[in-house]
Amino acid sequence: MKAWLPSLLRLALVMLLVAFVTNPGWFVPLLKPLTENNAPVIYNQGSLLTLTLLHLRTVLIATVAATIVAVALAILVTRPAGAEFLPLSRSLVNIGQTFPPVAVLALAVPAVGFGEKPTLIALFLYGLLPIFENALTGLTTLPANVVEAARGAGMTGWQRLTKVELPLSAPIILGGIRLSVVISLATATIGSTVAAKTLGEVIIAGLLSNNLAFILQGGLIVAALAVLIYDGLSAIERYTARRMGREAE
Amino acid sequence: MNIRFDKLGVIIAAISAYAAFAAPFATFRANRIVPGQARSILEALPAITGTLLLVIVVAAALIALFKTLLALRLAASVVALAALALLIGVAGTFLTPEGNTFARVSPASGFWILIFAFTLLLADVLTRLNLSPLARVGVLAVSALAIGLLLISGSWDNLSILKEYFNRADSFWAEGSKHVTLALGSLLAAVVVGLPLGILCHRVESLRAGVLNVLNIIQTIPSIALFGLLIAPLGWVATHVPGAAALGIRGIGTAPAFVALFLYSLLPVVANTVVGLAGVPRTANDAARGMGMTDRQRLFGVEFPLAFPVILTGIRIVLVQNIGLATIAALIGGGGFGVFVFQGVGQTAMDLVLLGAVPTVALAFAAAIILDAVIEMTATRRRVETA
Repeated sequence: MKAWLPSLLRLALVMLLVAFVTNPGWFVPLLKPLTENNAPVIYNQGSLLTLTLLHLRTVLIATVAATIVAVALAILVTRPAGAEFLPLSRSLVNIGQTFPPVAVLALAVPAVGFGEKPTLIALFLYGLLPIFENALTGLTTLPANVVEAARGAGMTGWQRLTKVELPLSAPIILGGIRLSVVISLATATIGSTVAAKTLGEVIIAGLLSNNLAFILQGGLIVAALAVLIYDGLSAIERYTARRMGREAE
Repeated sequence: MNIRFDKLGVIIAAISAYAAFAAPFATFRANRIVPGQARSILEALPAITGTLLLVIVVAAALIALFKTLLALRLAASVVALAALALLIGVAGTFLTPEGNTFARVSPASGFWILIFAFTLLLADVLTRLNLSPLARVGVLAVSALAIGLLLISGSWDNLSILKEYFNRADSFWAEGSKHVTLALGSLLAAVVVGLPLGILCHRVESLRAGVLNVLNIIQTIPSIALFGLLIAPLGWVATHVPGAAALGIRGIGTAPAFVALFLYSLLPVVANTVVGLAGVPRTANDAARGMGMTDRQRLFGVEFPLAFPVILTGIRIVLVQNIGLATIAALIGGGGFGVFVFQGVGQTAMDLVLLGAVPTVALAFAAAIILDAVIEMTATRRRVETA
């Protein structure tokens, strides 16, 4: 395959996505055959652009929170003072993943009400594991000679962490964030079952009114976002890995 | 004197103190949808029993707080959890007025926080004991047995979640078996298709990137959309392919849910088969070739057994994921425990949500523990054999 082909495909996908969410009317002829009885072709209870942006905002907030907590936790359990929490934290984060997202959503509703909050809680919990696992791998597999050298140069624990350990683990931590974002993008759609404003609203409207065009446009926007974000984060990861001289996973 | 605090114990003691003295233990409601009234431990239980529970909680929290023997910590967490499990049932009976069938008593935040605190203690002890895989499955079996006995003995019958259950006992088991069939059936189909596909991808390098990319993209389609998108093609198959409808293939219901779960399951199975086969040491393959083994013999006698733990890890991911995803099947009429979850959300009846969510979480949790144990056992056996 030629080297420029993937970039071209990516660019085409971005343009298609932007065109679709800003000007969905252009695509009516394509989706028309999927509807019956003159049902609306394009989701008409809110703009696709707004829903896409709200969807991305929900995922962004949850991922940022999950990243802060997961990385802080990984730093804590890899310091001598927190070492005794290491096995427990691993099993807890593992157990957290066995809770189905629908259950987390539904159970969070009585505590925080309908809307965006239960979705954020579910996405946050789901985002923790991949980031925590990767941060742990990154922080525990640092080249020993580098850490020794930093210690020998008289760096304090804090300096070693911020100037050596975290930068060196950055590519691996980014890999965890990438996984977590892709999972969150898809899971956020389920949030619409408890009235969160995400692209899931379009899909659920399609399921309820038996409108295939709605289901397809909601699903494809989310899938396109996931593919593009995955790609973008992979590129950042490769870049930082090259700078740090470490192989990305 | 040399008193030393346990770091985790400080957290456990703090949250159990809050839960026991400041948070409500049970909620009483005149019927299933009105807002509840909070009851503390001493209000929810007869005076002597309530005091006893407080004493047990404080003692267990103190044992957790200081550096104590593992056996003592184990005993403290088990006794505290057992007391909580038994006494929440007593609270149910105590708070329900005689002969009133509308009143609902459900565990409140204080109860759940206490359960969380002592489960944390128990999890810590079990992690530190470093149990063998078989022992872990044993612990799971004993806890399942204990919960089963509590359910059969009827001591929880006055709790709201069981009242919801008694109202729909038949459909509970029907939906439950549908849920398990969906999760296990789609896993089985994914293994039957995914293993050969994985082997093919391992052997034919030009196929590998393409197949894995397609499967990766399927994973990015949100589950509710994939479920919905399959309605149309399966509806078409049902009306146009003779005999398909008789097999139970329909546009809505179980068929699209099954196919969607199957599609999601393929990536972990195929990817882990490829990774597992790629990880087979070259020396093992060379030795097998030197012995004059055919390709087929090498695959089944050498490569496959060595890759087995990695493939099993893929199966574990799929099973836990499928048990969770099967709840969404309810949205397209596919049944499963999700039926209760969505009904409950619709009626804002949280006990009904719990009736669907608790068995789902329990199933996923049990599946994770059992498969983790199996993976560890096969992995260590290989290591012993190859050593």
